[in-house]
Formats: sequence, structure tokens, C-alpha cells
Amino acid sequence: MIKLEAVYVLMGLLTGGIAVVNARDDSNPRRWRNTLFWGVYALLFFAGSYLGDLANGGLVLVMVATAASGLGQGTRESVSIADRLASAIRHRNRLFVPVLVVPVATFLGSVLLKDFTVAGQPLVDPKQVTQIALGLATVLGLCTGLAMLRPPASAPIVEARRLMDSVGWAAVLPQSLAALGAVFAMAGVGKVVSTLATTYLPLGSPIAAVAAYAVGMALFTMIMGNAFAAFPVMTAGIGLPLVVQQYGGDVVIVTAIGMLSGFCGTLMTPMAANFNIVPAALLDLKDRYGVIRAQVPTALILLAANIVIMSLFAFP
Amino acid sequence: MLPLMGILIVIVGFALRLNALLVVTVAGIATGMASGQSFLDVVAAFGKAFVDSRYIAIVWLALPVIGLAERSGLKERSREVISAIRAATAGRVLLVYLALRQVTSALGLVSLGGHAQMVRPLVAPMAEGAAENTHGTLPDATRDRIKAMAAGADNVGMFFGEDVFVAIGSILLIRGFLEQNGIVVEPLQLARWAIPTALVAFAVHGTRLLRLDRRIAREVSAAKATSTEPTP
Repeated sequence: MIKLEAVYVLMGLLTGGIAVVNARDDSNPRRWRNTLFWGVYALLFFAGSYLGDLANGGLVLVMVATAASGLGQGTRESVSIADRLASAIRHRNRLFVPVLVVPVATFLGSVLLKDFTVAGQPLVDPKQVTQIALGLATVLGLCTGLAMLRPPASAPIVEARRLMDSVGWAAVLPQSLAALGAVFAMAGVGKVVSTLATTYLPLGSPIAAVAAYAVGMALFTMIMGNAFAAFPVMTAGIGLPLVVQQYGGDVVIVTAIGMLSGFCGTLMTPMAANFNIVPAALLDLKDRYGVIRAQVPTALILLAANIVIMSLFAFP
Repeated sequence: MLPLMGILIVIVGFALRLNALLVVTVAGIATGMASGQSFLDVVAAFGKAFVDSRYIAIVWLALPVIGLAERSGLKERSREVISAIRAATAGRVLLVYLALRQVTSALGLVSLGGHAQMVRPLVAPMAEGAAENTHGTLPDATRDRIKAMAAGADNVGMFFGEDVFVAIGSILLIRGFLEQNGIVVEPLQLARWAIPTALVAFAVHGTRLLRLDRRIAREVSAAKATSTEPTP
């Protein structure tokens, strides 16, 4: 059975390869810091499941300290613009094929691999089908690219290094935030927040309760970086006892739109790093919060719309 | 009150634009210690949660193939393809992507999009290319604005599309939570009530994308005006 662990080995090879390319690149004045950062990350992929929690935590601290001291970036361009233009003319639309293989194969894999069994055993871990399908799809995409474009053998890892170093430490931020969420949950942050919300927010009328629930969902999502973490807390604190039970709101409409109000918060917070901070790094934006800035107007209008929709339809 | 210290650290750290990785780690350790655990216990808990969430990073496995295609001229080709479509503007390209992203997400095909898989290699270069075809060279700030709106279209399309699909995580979470509280609801009912917000989301963000074209034109002509002024 293929488990997530196999995909982690691929991740270890990728990040380990990035560490090696960095070590050999003297155009990056901080190449040893980059080597250490990606090397330790590789170790966490290869050995994270077997090392103890404390050892893993120590390794994470090494990565954080290295990132905080400042990572660098190699300056050497692998291929000139003229070469890329010439290659674009030569390959034309075939260039899209390897890139599109990834999402299409991920989708097909997540549908088809679910029920695929070999000798009575499921081929892939049923709980992790989508993640494993994504991992396999990237391998398939890479093989397609190698076969069609015939680059030098070192090209994939050299190019991956270029992209990964342009993202830098932001690449591991989503994982750190997930860890922070776990610590928050352990320390009971949610309870304190919902107590504060119910104590200080004005909840004297159905409309006020609806607004408090929707805005509370958005704000608490901004703090936690994740509407899933905010939903149980705010719904148990305001949504169910007040909007539904006290004022007679329809439970389906209230909770469905409550969750969507949380999504408005996700659009506005750096804590949702994989949606907001990572793309800013991946697209080389000068402003780390550029994606958030682009989304705030949409998010605020939608939050207001959610309050209106909930108020109009939840109270028959 | 003490557990909220971590939130304060995060807000101040992010506002001051300190290294976010450092801010998050310090906030985690402070929160854990404020709730009465030892330093080593918190480090271990942090390490465990970090390792348990490695699956989030799997998307980076797409980088070798994307880098390879970029090296072979993917962005250059994307721009050329879009230049063949005369009606294409940055805003319209992104509007089409928003529609596709939202509809496919509503059908459960969330994995067809994404920042690393689609936005960086295809959507952003096409939007930039369309703007360049109309306006020539773009100021850096305008270029960044187009790219940021491309990322935003992916997020808005996915967030407000996926909830229309019955088997998505958030719908199952709502259902599970209500069940624990003794209320049984059908996923289909929840998914149906995601539709009004989905329509508003498309209308609002779509309008903003179309207005982007006017803003690009304004910024480009402002940049031209300053660059052609005679220098003393």
C-alpha cells in the first residue's frame, strides 16, 4: 500500500536536492545558510516519523533560527531570455502539456485510486488519496516534461531550487502556522476568545447577533488563519445559543453562511499563509501582503453580503 | 487572559513585518509556556505538530516540472498565445479563470487549480501578457497588482465555489459539529445555502477584475507622462 510516507521521501529528495544545489552555488553569498535550512527540512521529511517529538522540535528551531538570520538567493540565470524565446518558438503549445498533467492527473488519481485494490489491499492509503495523487501526478508531470523537452539531467532540480529559493522560508510558514494552531488549541485560546466575544459584543437583537456571529467568524478566522478552527468555537459561543436557539434562526442557513463568513476572514489574514503569503512569494511580489491587499475589498463586501443574506433568509 | 499573549505577539510581529517564521515560533512557545508547560514540552509539541502537517508541503513537488517548463519558455509561450486573442485583457483573462475556478470547485474539482500549479506558470503570465499587448511595458507596481489579483482570483474562486460541493471538508465539518449538538442536517441543504454567497462573490470579484483594466490603463499613462517629461 502506498502511504503518505512515500510522498515524504519524494519531498525529502526535492528539498535535499535543493540543499545540494545551493551548496555548490558560489553566486549566493549565503549559500551555507540555504544549505542548512533546506538540508534540515529534508531530514524532517526523511526521518520526521521516526525521530522523537523533541528532536523534531529542535530541528524546527534550527530551521527557524537559520531563516531568521537571513537566507540568500543565487543570482546566476540558468537560461537566457533569448534561449527561452527560441525554445518557446520550437516547442509551442507542447510546453503546456507537462504543466497541465499535474492538476489533471491529481484529479483523476484522487477519483480512480480510491477504489483500486491489489490482492485485496487498497493500492493507496484511502485516508490520504488526494495528497498521494498529487505526489504521483508531479512525478508523472516531470517524466512527461523530461521526455518532451529533453533538458540536461540536472535541469529539474536546478530550476526547482530557483523557484524554491525565491519563495524562501515562506515555504514552511503554513506548516509552522498549523503547529501554532495546535499549541493554541492546547492552551484553550478558543474558549477565552468566545467568552470575550459573548461578553463584549452587542447581541440584543437578531440582526446584531447575526452580525456578531459573522464578524466574529471572520475575525477569529483571521487570528487562527483557518475557518475550520474558528467555526466550532464561534458557533458554540454565538451561532447556536443566540442566533438559532434564542432568536429562532434556521440552523442550516446560519451555519452554512457562518462558515462562508469565516472564508472572508481567510482572504484577509497573513495567518492563512498558503493562500496569501506563499503566493506573494511565489509570484515575486515586492509587498509580502500584496495578495491580501488585492483581496480585502472583495472580502469586506462579501462579509456584509453574508450578514444581509443571513438576516433575510434565516428568520422565516 | 494569558493564553492570548501568543495572539498579541503574532499581530505585533506581522504588523512590524518581522520574519514571520520567527514570530509564529515565538508566539507558539510563549502561548505554550503561558499555559503552564515547560519549554521542552512546548518545543516537542511544536515539533510533533510541524511533522504531522508535512502533507501541506506536498504541493511543492510541482516545482521541478514547473521550473523545467519555465526554463523551456512556458511564460513566453503563454504570452504569445494570449496575444493571438485580440479581445483578451488582463481583467478578462482573470475573469475567465475566476469563473473556471469557481465552477470546477463547485463540482469538487478543487485540485485543478492552485497557486503553484496554475497561477504562477499560466494564469499570471497570461494576464500580464494581455496587459502588455495592450499597453506595452508595464510599471513594476502595475505588474505586481496584476499578479496579486491573479492569486486573489484563485482564492476567491476556490473558497466560494467549493462549498457548493456536498462532500467538501467544510460542509462535513458543519454537519459533524451539528450532529454532536444533536442536530441532524443533510449536506445537500448546507451546500444549497452556499449558492447565494457564491453568486455574490462572482459578481463582486468579477466586477473588480473588469475595473482592473481601467486601473492598468490609468497607471500606465501616468507612468508614461512622468517618463516623457523633460529633465532639467
